[in-house]
Amino acid sequence: MKYAYYPGCSMECNAAAYEMSTQVVARALGFKLVEVDDWNCCGATEFFSQDELTASAVVARNLALVAPELNQLVAPCAACYLNLAKTDRLMQDNATINAKVNEALAAGGLKYKAGRVRVRHLLDVIYQDFGEERIREKVVRSLEGLRVAPYYGCQVVRPIKGDDSTEYPLHMDELFKWLGAEVVDYPVKAHCCGGHMTQISEPQAFELIRRLLQSAVDYEADMILCMCPMCQLNLDAYQSRVNGFFGTNFRMPIVYFTQMLGVALGFELKELGFGKELVSAEPALRAKLAQRASV
Amino acid sequence: MGAHSEGNHGSAFLREVIADTPGGERIVHCLQCGSCGGSCPSGADMQYTPRTIFAMINANQRDAVLSANTMWYCVSCYLCMTRCPQNIPITDVMYALKRLAIAEGKARGTDAPALAKTFTDILEKYGRSFELGLASRYYLLNRPMAMMKMGPMGLSMFTRGRMALLPTKIKNLDQLQAIIKKARELGEAS
Repeated sequence: MKYAYYPGCSMECNAAAYEMSTQVVARALGFKLVEVDDWNCCGATEFFSQDELTASAVVARNLALVAPELNQLVAPCAACYLNLAKTDRLMQDNATINAKVNEALAAGGLKYKAGRVRVRHLLDVIYQDFGEERIREKVVRSLEGLRVAPYYGCQVVRPIKGDDSTEYPLHMDELFKWLGAEVVDYPVKAHCCGGHMTQISEPQAFELIRRLLQSAVDYEADMILCMCPMCQLNLDAYQSRVNGFFGTNFRMPIVYFTQMLGVALGFELKELGFGKELVSAEPALRAKLAQRASV
Repeated sequence: MGAHSEGNHGSAFLREVIADTPGGERIVHCLQCGSCGGSCPSGADMQYTPRTIFAMINANQRDAVLSANTMWYCVSCYLCMTRCPQNIPITDVMYALKRLAIAEGKARGTDAPALAKTFTDILEKYGRSFELGLASRYYLLNRPMAMMKMGPMGLSMFTRGRMALLPTKIKNLDQLQAIIKKARELGEAS
């Protein structure tokens, strides 16, 4: 299986662990990710706050650059996924915007036929296109005994309705049951991490982060699994600031779901980017998985 | 608000917001049920919840709406939008209000417009986001004191190879900039 791949800016550096583990997992499961040549930033939420038409054109350049023989585009970041998918929908639904975006693209010698590319998030590809049977047979190191809290965040589950619930998604839960993990059923798995709120109002952002960490602690999770670089950054990198702000003592490892999938598929921690998280996942992995394998 | 139908009814501001929001015509169907404010993770910190904002839009309170903090506290989680029984694209309305407030310089008590401006400037210059450049320029210009607190975290990110010191540039920057220029012209013409 072959997909066009839009990594997004975070994957280049901040979320290098996500990129490394995504590539390892893709090779192991046998799907090819063909990076969109010369892709540009999706504009996050900031560009759409300023100028909708220009923001749409900036996003559409990426859709236009998808190789003509490929018609599915995979994004690992929630914000990139939504901007790409939403722009494609907007162009399909709104003839005026579609015409103007294409006029702007033409200034760069490009064009995009709305609806040509199906935009998907990485989790959806792994969950739907491989499925239980094929993933189970690849597991060489069961995650048995490890309590993981799948964290979905917002923009993959909402507002575009896929096959999963917009309130109580289950795909990552199911994936990790296939891998043998104990999946923590906690109530905030699709609540917001605050996105860029850390840059606008720290008290507000820290409270949103605290709620997520506290819930994971209350439900005795060993770690939180993310599917978006922004979520991982907020929960991991800001964790010590949150502790300082509230006088709490959270030590919750925040890793990407692809990293733990990689562990189950038998890869070494280093090649999956472990060690890049600020709150180390190693103690939990050693305590819970050590008995059965050389973690 | 349900009494209004599309077209030349409702306040001037209501018509303006509808015109600026894809799918915005649904606003006239607001039942004032409050599901949006009740679902909002930032609801408690907003001057007016989305429900109140819709009533104010209908009452033509343009200045009060555009200088409110409501849209700046919106985290784009889309929970209100998927729960709205009337299918109003609430998050998209918030984006439209942000654009109007920025365009008219009405945003009050928030650095969000400055962050948005810095972010888009970097995108236009390099084609990619550049976290260190974004953070340093935004903090230096807008929140110099807060920068001190960011130091230790930045260092931790750097030592783990998670912070680039230099931006990445796309190859065909001219193409991206030509697209942006044309889109801006088309936006201004309409």
